[in-house]
Amino acid sequence: MANTTHDPMVQMLAPDGSLVPSERAEEFLPYFQQLTDDNIKRFYRDMSVIRRFDTEATNLQRQGQLALWIPSHGQEGAQVGSAHAVRPQDHIFPAYREHAVAMIRGVDVFDIIRLVRGLTHGGWNPNDPKFRNFHLYTLVIGSQSLHATGYAMGIKFDGAYATGNYETDQAVIVYFGDGATSQGDVHEAMVFAASQQTPQVFFVQNNHWAISVPVSVQARVPLYRRADGYGMPGVQIDGNDVFASYAVTAKLMDDARQGKGPAMVEAHTYRIGAHTSSDDPTKYREDSEVESWVARDPIVRLEAFLRDKGVDQAFFDEVAQEGADFSSDIRRRIVAVENPDPAAMFAHVYSDPHPLMEEQAAWLATYEAAFPTDEVTSPTSDPEPPSVVDGGDA
Amino acid sequence: MAIENMGLGKAINEGLRRALTEDPKVLLIGEDIGTLGGVFRVTEGLKDQFGGDRVIDSPLAESGIVGSAIGLAMRGYRPVCEIQFDGFIYPAFDQITSQLAKITNRHEGNMSFPVVIRVPYGGHIGAVEHHQESNEAYFAHTPGLRIVSPSNPHDAYWMIQEAIASNDPVMFFEPKSRYWPKGDVDTAHNSTPLHSSRTIRPGTDVTLLGHGAMVSVLLQTAELAAEEGTSVEVIDLRSISPIDYAPILESVRKTGRLVIAQEAPGNLSLGSEIAATVAERAFYSLSAPVLRVSGFDVPFPPAKLETLFLPDADRILDAVDRVLSY
Repeated sequence: MANTTHDPMVQMLAPDGSLVPSERAEEFLPYFQQLTDDNIKRFYRDMSVIRRFDTEATNLQRQGQLALWIPSHGQEGAQVGSAHAVRPQDHIFPAYREHAVAMIRGVDVFDIIRLVRGLTHGGWNPNDPKFRNFHLYTLVIGSQSLHATGYAMGIKFDGAYATGNYETDQAVIVYFGDGATSQGDVHEAMVFAASQQTPQVFFVQNNHWAISVPVSVQARVPLYRRADGYGMPGVQIDGNDVFASYAVTAKLMDDARQGKGPAMVEAHTYRIGAHTSSDDPTKYREDSEVESWVARDPIVRLEAFLRDKGVDQAFFDEVAQEGADFSSDIRRRIVAVENPDPAAMFAHVYSDPHPLMEEQAAWLATYEAAFPTDEVTSPTSDPEPPSVVDGGDA
Repeated sequence: MAIENMGLGKAINEGLRRALTEDPKVLLIGEDIGTLGGVFRVTEGLKDQFGGDRVIDSPLAESGIVGSAIGLAMRGYRPVCEIQFDGFIYPAFDQITSQLAKITNRHEGNMSFPVVIRVPYGGHIGAVEHHQESNEAYFAHTPGLRIVSPSNPHDAYWMIQEAIASNDPVMFFEPKSRYWPKGDVDTAHNSTPLHSSRTIRPGTDVTLLGHGAMVSVLLQTAELAAEEGTSVEVIDLRSISPIDYAPILESVRKTGRLVIAQEAPGNLSLGSEIAATVAERAFYSLSAPVLRVSGFDVPFPPAKLETLFLPDADRILDAVDRVLSY
């Protein structure tokens, strides 16, 4: 693991649930202090529900309902805190593990399920106001960082920031992991952001493993220190502390909206589960390491905090029931979902009409129609499929 | 009538100026395109006229240029990227082929990505390695992109504006050796839609097909063939993806012979695709196999060898003789 222990880190909520802000946390405390009891209970609810959903999705993958699952277990603190720090008018560019952020922005997480079931490459419409500017998952590592920077350049050119209007000034947050920080696109995104002084925050979830490769292979210094090289502030936080995640993101997004330029957050967290359902983490990491992070679980520590504040068992029972209902709803819907129409393959490759799309969609429809619809009583010989093209010169 | 005489580079400059004037969402982004006006001066004067937020001198990173253009398009802009030279485009290959080309499909029609990527391409200028390539086939193989290449100033003036107006990503390959020879540009009338091929010289014996800088070589070839008594029809492809086959098939049904000239290496090339399609669709009209006259399947050679690498009128005439001998 890269050396981070000697660098100051923002932490407010200790692993045992006690509120003991670190020295580095001081400048961010006003943002924490704005939180109401209801806000904090909402953090707990979101973290718990998405973990229950994550478990359900893992089960669905094992039962053959999903081609793949991408677990978020362990990273709920980093995601829920930062997601609540983003204002409705801001734009969010996720990688592909930000299920909690998606849910908080209003995306129906069943749309994520549709993606990993093999029904779509996208799933939701980022332009639909009810999803509050949550953009599509991007699977090529780090690619979305440049889209985020370009989008933030657009905000700048539109003059949609630094006007002093808290309700309308916009900024961008982009999520990626520790592995992505080695990608050229992430570097270029930070160079362009610094060059243009874009209103945006780069939020790194350092979950310590890029599939099987530890973060020490990606970097010999803590990742947040790279920000200095681009000329932007970099802050490292305890990513399993939902308060630190909220307060630091809120402050840096405020700064971005006010025209103070881009910034970077490194959230130290841990991928408790596998990289994806295709991965076997026992091949590359020790149980003791996993256990040490389980002991720093973001949900357990917030529960301890809330119980200490006198929140009663009824609340926790209610949240557990909500998680169970949420998950059974996903299970119920997945068995009812239908496969996409074959024509969908051709429908959106281009925005404007395209002769090849029309020709090939028509060919496929004709070809498919040539087969009998009742497979059980199909004839002994295949019908002749139509030829691909009309031999017009015959 | 508004006829002006200018080179292809200046015509693109004027087309960009008109697009910038007519649509405030159009902006240009690339290396050295602002204060310098681009290494070929295609964007000369535009930063002075429209400012540094619309004619952006980007950091030196091709993936960054294309990737940030995608984000700008999400915001409602119509970015026009400049890649300084053909051989410098590969750092942006992922953003072009995995992102830009697929992102409309990924969004299931909920967003459009009207991004133009200008690429000065091709040989004939005696430059060093990575500065003379014809790499359009890499991109033409990728669904989701549109690819065009003008051969003359008039087409360049209109095609750049149509490319910017397109709601799809368009790669705009500019034959850099044709930046300077002047031609008439009718700035009042555009006669040909963006994705149309055009017969530019009628003939009856053999059809010659090409795009970009090859078109002027084809016209020269047609003159030489005429002196030998062969009537050659010349088609300017203009659109590389999608390909407008109607004029090509119509011509082949008349002449029965097709020769395709291209600067790119011939293996798995644009010419290969067109030859296969013409064989499928006009088989009974062909009097001879479709021939390709291409660059060799080697890296673009050092400048002192480029005239041997690039198809010239003699090599194309040789192919004309061969198709006539069947």
